[in-house]
Amino acid sequence: MAALVTAGPHVSHLPLWLSLLVATVFVWRAWLWHRRARLPQRWPLALLVAGSVAGIGWQFNTLFGRDAGVALLVLFMALKPMEMRTRRDALVVVMLGYFLLLTHYFYSQSIPTGLWLLIATTLLTATLIRLHGGAQPIAGIARHAGLLLTQALPFMLILYLLFPRIAGPLWGLPQDAHSGLSGLSDQMAPGSLNKLIRSGEIAFRVKFAGDIPPKADLYWRGPVFDEYDGLTWRAGASRVDKPPARPMIDAGGEGYAYVSTLEAHNQRWLLALDVPTILPPDSEMAATLETLAREPLRSRGRYAFTSAVRFRVNLSESPALLQQALRLPEVNPRTRALAAEWRVTLRSPEQIRNAALAMFRQEAFFYTLQPPLLGKHAVDEFLFTTRRGFCEHYASAFVFLMRAAGVPARVVTGYQGGDVNPVDGFLTVRQSDAHAWAEIWLAGQGWVRVDPTAAVAPSRVEQGITAALAADEPLPMLVRIDADWLLKLRNRWEAANNAWNQWVLGYNPQRQREVLSRLGFSEPDWRSMSAALALLCGAALLAITAWSLYQHKTLDPAQQAWQRYCTRLASYGIVRAEWEGPLEFAARVARERPDLAALTEIAAGHYADLRYGRGGQTQLRELQECSRRLPPKWRKQV
Amino acid sequence: MRLLQWLRQRLFRIGRDEQLPVILTQRRIFIVPTGAGLLFALLLVVMLTGAINYNLSLGHALVFLLAGLGIVAMVHTFRNLVALRLMPGRAEAVFAGEIARFPLHLQNTRKQPRRALEFAFGKQAGVAVDIPADGLSSASVPYRTRCRGRLDPGHLTLATRYPLGLFRAWSYPYPGLSCLVYPHPLATPLPAPLPIAYAGHRRGDSGQEDFTGLRLRQPSDPTRHVAWKAVARDFANRPLLIKQFAGGAEEELWLDWSRTSADGDTETRLSILTGWVLAAEAKQARYGLRLPGCEFQPAQGGAHRDACLEALALYGKAER
Repeated sequence: MAALVTAGPHVSHLPLWLSLLVATVFVWRAWLWHRRARLPQRWPLALLVAGSVAGIGWQFNTLFGRDAGVALLVLFMALKPMEMRTRRDALVVVMLGYFLLLTHYFYSQSIPTGLWLLIATTLLTATLIRLHGGAQPIAGIARHAGLLLTQALPFMLILYLLFPRIAGPLWGLPQDAHSGLSGLSDQMAPGSLNKLIRSGEIAFRVKFAGDIPPKADLYWRGPVFDEYDGLTWRAGASRVDKPPARPMIDAGGEGYAYVSTLEAHNQRWLLALDVPTILPPDSEMAATLETLAREPLRSRGRYAFTSAVRFRVNLSESPALLQQALRLPEVNPRTRALAAEWRVTLRSPEQIRNAALAMFRQEAFFYTLQPPLLGKHAVDEFLFTTRRGFCEHYASAFVFLMRAAGVPARVVTGYQGGDVNPVDGFLTVRQSDAHAWAEIWLAGQGWVRVDPTAAVAPSRVEQGITAALAADEPLPMLVRIDADWLLKLRNRWEAANNAWNQWVLGYNPQRQREVLSRLGFSEPDWRSMSAALALLCGAALLAITAWSLYQHKTLDPAQQAWQRYCTRLASYGIVRAEWEGPLEFAARVARERPDLAALTEIAAGHYADLRYGRGGQTQLRELQECSRRLPPKWRKQV
Repeated sequence: MRLLQWLRQRLFRIGRDEQLPVILTQRRIFIVPTGAGLLFALLLVVMLTGAINYNLSLGHALVFLLAGLGIVAMVHTFRNLVALRLMPGRAEAVFAGEIARFPLHLQNTRKQPRRALEFAFGKQAGVAVDIPADGLSSASVPYRTRCRGRLDPGHLTLATRYPLGLFRAWSYPYPGLSCLVYPHPLATPLPAPLPIAYAGHRRGDSGQEDFTGLRLRQPSDPTRHVAWKAVARDFANRPLLIKQFAGGAEEELWLDWSRTSADGDTETRLSILTGWVLAAEAKQARYGLRLPGCEFQPAQGGAHRDACLEALALYGKAER
């Protein structure tokens, strides 16, 4: 049964046929156990194993990847109980179970998974106890397993804090080690953001050192696209031949310092608040103002930035980049015509921009997550026919218009806004806050942000997506919560999750150094840390050993009182032998030390009554009194 | 070999336990990881490497929890043995070649049950015993006998790997156990009875031929002679009755050392005599035993049989 518990959660991401096979095998084994029938022969099992392994190999195209490895383990876990004949086989199953527990963490390390760890470990341990101890009542086994694990917890904590953390990976990881991470993509086509917006998952959490900027200023920059082929926007700046120079930023106003905890998304961009002035180490800024890490983000990470929300960028921009920002494919004739008209009639790029925004504001445009599909001339259809779309449509159309009118423009994707969690003060940005906006280059002002969505649905920018969309739009439930208590619950849960992420999961070498320096190790080198580790573990071991071996001397009060009396008597030179009953002993005392005889007789009488007769509380008290009434030792024997 | 023996004795403190009950203290218990324990350690190392490689914090937590579990298991396995009290029991006599069983009385003074305690002598097969919390239990430890005499099985090996099988804790208690081993009986035909030197019946000294009546049973009469049918007819009122026989008892059966073939060796001759004693007892005949150095007058019954067999077992051996 323990096997089922450890293998169970894997079902969610194994191929269907394998899950069914595993389930069938488990059911078969349970039926056999229930009926106490004999286990099947070797050869059908061998065939089954061979077939399944081949199936796995075909499914994942390899036998050595992470997913394939996990699938193999689950298969063995299912089939080994069929083959269990000796105690050693059962032991193998349990060890396999422990190993399989580890593989869960490839997929998730959240709090529920952590709890599952405890339950499954308890179950496996209980199985071991049952294996070695024979049949016992289940409650006893469970209690023993629980006791063992509770005593193991201090060791776990000590080791967790002090064991030197090594930043992995130690060697190359298999190809599919990081599949399954989601986030912004490196290209944008109509509808690509839609999928992301429907997810309520958290993209990143930010802790500001001071005040939080107003929501309308919270633009988090992701990938920037400036190449359009009529359907999809891609990042073209990397194709510029010259190595991109670092952008020149004039930051005005106060800067905001913050630490952002980004979830893994397998891409290089770090989502910084526009525009960052201080970058975290090991990251750089691209020509398009994106902050890029050196390696794609494969695990959750913490990054410290300082950003300024009022800025001017690149008053003088490289001509190649500007040229790139004007290129357009040969589509959308109506839009081109409109733009050409503006180019002629309006004087300056600012006015063109204002005209475009005015068009968005005044014409009947709608902000919705369910727009009709667009054809070859996407922008034409959007601007003049359908007029329904969300941020990517608006941004795309706006940039096209600007480019057609001769204003260098590009699409910026990222996130906008975010909710503050009142429980812990973190700003939470979800995938549903994904956004696309535009940037145009104006002579004398550099790259200026223009958000056409703000013209159509200003509540999107100021209050968040829930406010901007109508009630029947398909937003994930986590995002759109109306009930107050549900909101509070969600906030608390996310705060707990956040704390879990920061302190337990995020315990990398840096964090460890922080914690250790707070505990008093200023310069922890491996020698002092191992010494501390050994010391603490030794202390814990000693404590547990002492607790385990301590035996209550269970004597009832009568025995205790009698024992005390005899011990006191021993100091007078008369030692009661173990086999001497109270009355015999009293007789012997009468022979050897007549001065103590009377008292001993009384005491012995009381004790005999208590033990063998019907002694009561009064006799108990009198027995206890006798010890006190013994004459002091310095009185000589008469 | 002698050196090894001496080393082992010093290291593991194997010596006779004079004081009973034998209480297992910490100093007498040794503990070592088993094969499974080593495998477990290896598993943990592999898991830790995996956790480091993939940067799994919860993986680290799991590995550390299991490491803590292993350490705690060591304490628990040790605790399964410590403060156990042993008292030896009396072993029943057996014939050479059979398995002698030495009873041990065990007392558990803890509040937790002790399980899967394995008792064995040396490398022989043993028994496993559970003792409930604050309770008593007994174990019957087998020992395969080979030759006759008084058997001292040596020190016991008490081992356990109870809670998780990762560690093996053992101890060598050595309570005074001994068992009488009779010679292995050889089935040969009984010798002919010899005529008695004098005639005449002694009182209460009948043969087995003629049924002469019933008398009240006395406690020493064997139950074979009870008149069951008579008693069964009226059980509630009648006490047990013994059948009496009259019969010529002019001959006596003497099982004599000199009547065994002189060309056999001592052991064979003793085995033959043992076979005769058992056959005579089975026939319910009166028999006497004559050995160089001791003689048993003809008698019959369990006590007589045990005395004869003991004499045969200890023949020629220095006593105790």
